Order: sequence, then structure tokens, then C-alpha cells
Amino acid sequence: MAELTEELSHVKAEEPGVPKTDVRVHPDPEPAGKDKERVPTVIVDDLHIIYRVYGAATDNEKGNAANALMRLVKRQGRPQMKEVHAVRGVSFVAYHGDAIGIVGRNGSGKSTMLRAIAGLLPPHSGAVYTDGQPSLLGVNAALMRELTGERNIVLGCYAMGMNPAQVKEKYDDIVDFSGIGEFVQFPMSTYSSGMGARLRFAIASAKSHDVLLIDEALATGDREFKRKSQERIKQMRQEAGTVFLVAHNLDVIEETCNRVIWLHKGKIKMDGDPKTVLAAYNA
Amino acid sequence: MSQPESAIADAQAGGPKNGTPTKGQEPLAKLAERYGLRRAIARPSLPVYLRQLWERRHFITTYATARNVSKYSNSALGQLWQVLTPLLNAAIYYVMFGLILGAKGGIENYPAFLITGMFVFTYTQRSVSSGAKSISGNLSLIRALHFPRAALPLAYTIQEFQQLLISMGVLVVLVVITGELPTWLWLLVPVALALQTMFNIGASLVLARVGASARDLNQLLPFIMRTWLYASGVFFSIQDRVVNAAHLPQWIADVMYFNPAAAYMELMRDLLMKTHELRPYIWQVCVFWAVFALIGGFWYFWRAEEKYGRG
Repeated sequence: MAELTEELSHVKAEEPGVPKTDVRVHPDPEPAGKDKERVPTVIVDDLHIIYRVYGAATDNEKGNAANALMRLVKRQGRPQMKEVHAVRGVSFVAYHGDAIGIVGRNGSGKSTMLRAIAGLLPPHSGAVYTDGQPSLLGVNAALMRELTGERNIVLGCYAMGMNPAQVKEKYDDIVDFSGIGEFVQFPMSTYSSGMGARLRFAIASAKSHDVLLIDEALATGDREFKRKSQERIKQMRQEAGTVFLVAHNLDVIEETCNRVIWLHKGKIKMDGDPKTVLAAYNA
Repeated sequence: MSQPESAIADAQAGGPKNGTPTKGQEPLAKLAERYGLRRAIARPSLPVYLRQLWERRHFITTYATARNVSKYSNSALGQLWQVLTPLLNAAIYYVMFGLILGAKGGIENYPAFLITGMFVFTYTQRSVSSGAKSISGNLSLIRALHFPRAALPLAYTIQEFQQLLISMGVLVVLVVITGELPTWLWLLVPVALALQTMFNIGASLVLARVGASARDLNQLLPFIMRTWLYASGVFFSIQDRVVNAAHLPQWIADVMYFNPAAAYMELMRDLLMKTHELRPYIWQVCVFWAVFALIGGFWYFWRAEEKYGRG
């Protein structure tokens, strides 16, 4: 959910004009020397994702157990359930060494698609094939605000699948990188939003991945931390085989990616080299 | 809609292999197969799944402890509530059933009978109802990180187990205060708790899967739990009420004693209270439920592993 709120803060500034035509550029932005043998690492084959959304319940649908029982008895189902067709038939192939930027307006299915690539959201139809285990950069959901930074670092590392030795090894790194100093002994609920974001990023980026999926992680902290975290991302990119990057900050995408996919209403509107796609996206 | 879309992307993706645009369009599934890519969502076999779960044991225990610490961090009495809640419940039921309604029947040392039942039942009840929320209440975690999903109901049960260790200490003290003296049988208490824990894990795995899709369960659960509480003989002796007082046939009482909560309570009372009448087959029933629930629960939960997180 944190990504959503972060996205919201960006949307106003960068609402793009949407061209009506469905332009497709040939996606071969690789320099000529590189394309001898390109090994696919992620294949997305006609992917459809449908979300079920609960909520928007009226007063008399919610609340006590008696109402729940009545609904079961009357077999009304769940009146407040809605289905959202977030990704509608996306296909592409990502190769080893690719850094793919994903752009699109809010609600265009970027984060959903990322989660599907990570294997965290089951596809409604179609499939995602991957080499190794793609992982999403982000541990926010595993952390607990009432706990100290120390405990959260350990918890977050375990949540990402580290073992005790790795946690010990990374612990000081994480504290140093986050730069929160002695605040690490205080509950995270006492942190400023910047400090919290820094600690979360420091934990999340402590692990290296084969296929790395980054969802708006760069927009955190102050200028100094932004620089540090961009460097960390670059380093992770070099270690990882393939990187996907969702961002509203188009400069970051232009700087780090060699290919950009533009999603619009759950479909690929354009797929190609950053200059061409971003130019069209901004048009 | 989807076909041309896929075809175009296929052409684009397949094309640049040699820097030339595509001629033959290879289906993406074939391409994936050729390079040995696997589907992102695939359920591992049960042994692999259990191994993955074992590899995540540090996460499970850390998560359970963290939840326990954070749970009471806002209340002034803190962890003391783990003990106070069952105690207050026992006090209320003692007044209601012991004094006013006279459910005591022929039970000697009714306070020990009641408190033991209350603490044992509370452990199962809390494990099961928190297990029911373990998937549906953690969707953001499930949608962000990879781990065998059974880690969540397991962590919730372990959290309850940690709380139980504290309340068992209180229970032992209280039982001694009511006049029961320690016997060699008390050494078997950990075994009884282990069996009950196995059952609780299995039951919370089952309810975790049910609760993941049936959202109304959380509303219904208080009803179910209350019914279970009354049917399990927490504050009365089933044998005494059903057969001796209500003159129902013996097999009804036997069926009621087959209820796992009743069985675990009976077992604990047998161990702790000298005056408690030993019922036949209680150990067997307890072992049966522990093994059956644990195996069945894991199997049932694992069957839907790839579906958790869809909303």
C-alpha cells in the first residue's frame, strides 16, 4: 500500500497527455555488439489479472455476526464485491541484462503487473515464466510500527528469507546505510516519515536478487539519501540479471533503463527504447 | 483482443534475436520451455513445501514474537493481559455457573475444574480464531514477499503458544492454591500440550484457508466459538449433565467427549486433578486429533498455496 500513496504524491506533477494512437516502436534498443545470444529471463504471455475488491459496504451490510449469518442464509453472496480487470493481455519478453522501465498513469496496472511477475498475484489467464525467483524490492508489509528499529531490521531480513548468519552480517550495514543512528532503539512509530522510509529501503536493499522488481523505491528520503539509494540501485542492477523499475520520476527511468514499456489501462501502449517511448509518453 | 496483442508482442520479442525482424513466430510458452523458464506461480510438492517452511523457521518464530510484543505495547498492563483475560473469564463463569446456576454437580474442587478447562479451551479457541485471520489479514504481506504461506497460520499459533506458556504457569499456581498437590502425572502436562498444539496448528491451517476466501467467517466465528465453548463442558461435566441429569443415552456423552476441545480439557484435568474421574480412551482421542488435524491441515492448506493473495 505504501507504493500507492507514494504514487499519489507524484501523479499531479506528471499527468501525461495520452496520445490516441497505439504506436509501437520496435524494441531493440540494445547496442549492436550485445545482441549475439540474448537469454530471456522473464516471459509474460498474454497476462490477465483480475482483482477482487471488497469494501464500499453500506452500514447494514457490515458489523455484527447476525447480519453475516443472514446473508449466508439468503445466499446473497457478497454485494460489495467488485472485480477490477487490472491487466488485460500483456505479453513481452525480458532478456538478461535488461533494465526495463514501466511507465503509465495511476491505475494502469504497473504495480499489479510487477506483482504478477514476482509470482505474488496469481494470473487470471495467461502466464508468467521466469528464470529464478524474481523479487520485489520492499519489505514494508512485514514491519511493525510498534517495534524498535532493531527488531524490525531482524524481522525484515528474515521475511526476505535470510538466515541468522546473513542477518548478523548485514545488520550493521543496514543501520549505517539508513543513517538513523541511535533511533534504531526506538519504536518505528516515533520515526519521521523520512527516517522510516530510509530504514525500509535499507532493509529492502540488503539482499541481492536475480530478477529485481522495484516499485517507486527511489522517491524516499532527503536529497543526500536519494543519491545514496540511486547508487545502491545501480549496484543492485549490476548484480541482478534483469531489473524492472516502476517510477513516475521519468528522469530516473531515462537514466537507468535501456527499454521502456508504457502501460495504459492494463495494456501495452508502447514498448521500445527509452527516448522514443518517453517522448511519446510526454507528448 | 488478447490474441493480436500477444501476436504483436511476440513478433517484437522474438524478432530482435539476431537483430532482424521476425519471420517464424514462436509461441511464448515454447520459448519459455526452450530456455528452461518456469511459471512464476507453481505449487511446490508437499515435501518441498515442508522443507521451504522449515527454512523459514526463523521468520516464523521472529514474526510470532514480534506480534506478541507489539500486541500489548499500547496497554498499560502490557503482557499481564495474557493472564488476566482467562482469569476474568473464569471468575465470571465461576459466579454464573458455579454459584448461581449450580452447574457444579458432583464435581470436587470445582474452581480447579473450571480454571483448567477455561485455560485449555482458550488456547485452542484463540489459535483457531487468529488462524482464520492469518491469511485474510495479511494480504499486503502476501502480495509483497515470497514465503510458504503456511508460515502465517503457524506463526499465529506459535504466538498463542508463547502466551500459553505464561498462562500455564498461572494455571499451575492456581490449581495448587485450590488444594491439588503436584504428582508424577504433572510431568505429562507438556505432552498433553504438545498434542493440543499439533491439533491447534492443523485447525488453524484449515481455517486460514477457509478464512482466506470466505470473508464472512470472521463475523460467524464468535458464534461458532461460543457454541463450541458450551458444548465442550468447560464449566460442567458432560457425563454428569447429559447422562445423569438429562437422562440422555450414554452414546451422546461419548460423542461429546470425542470433541477435540473436550478431550484436551479432560486430559489436562486428569493430569492435574487427583479427584477427577479418568475417562476411557481420552489419550487415544487426543493423539488421534493431533495427528489427523496436523496432517490434514497441512495438506488442505497446501492445496490452495498458489491462490492466496488474490483478494
